[in-house]
Amino acid sequence: MARIAGVDLPTNKRVEIGLTYIYGIGRSTSKEILDSLKIDYDKKIKDLTEEEVDIIRKTITDEYVIEGTLRTQTKLAIKRLMDIGNYRGVRHRKGLPVNGQRTKTNARTRKGKKKMAIKKKKA
Amino acid sequence: MPRSVKKGPFVDDHLMNKIMKMNQTKQKSVLKTWSRRSTIVPEFIGHTVAVHNGKQFIPVYITENHVGHKLGEFSLTRTFRGHPEKKSEKASKKK
Repeated sequence: MARIAGVDLPTNKRVEIGLTYIYGIGRSTSKEILDSLKIDYDKKIKDLTEEEVDIIRKTITDEYVIEGTLRTQTKLAIKRLMDIGNYRGVRHRKGLPVNGQRTKTNARTRKGKKKMAIKKKKA
Repeated sequence: MPRSVKKGPFVDDHLMNKIMKMNQTKQKSVLKTWSRRSTIVPEFIGHTVAVHNGKQFIPVYITENHVGHKLGEFSLTRTFRGHPEKKSEKASKKK
């Protein structure tokens, strides 16, 4: 089993996909890494040799910002926006979309599940 | 698309002149401005700028973190006072 940056990689998947289980590595970064190391995308994770795993681990930890560090980095960036109180910060605070999307409908990802309107009893 | 680096950040001349004057004379006072489109540059740090939002001037104290943003970002133009009640909607329809 290959373990990189505190994440277990799925044994039965292709390396290209398997690497994306690490936070901060998507398809394109994954391809970039494999290209630079000249490893075949279609190789299964379980078929990687020890040396290959080692060299992948080394390049990832040396050249990329991943997992915990990346998470704190994003959090700090958002916190900075909230602290200076600009428009984007305010949107983050209110839990509304930040990049100018419509909120009349949709925007469910940011707003969370639909809340039912409270029906008022007739007086 | 971001602005070309060659041109440098955009700041309205009238605003920049006032800031420079204040920096030279080392005095500080709240500076009213309508120029929401101006970028905040390091020269602004430590000043308080009152940015117009269409109705009022919102005072913004500028720190290092504000550099690179536009003045308008700190002076919101819309007020949201909650959703209207359903009842009043129905009543207005009946009329």
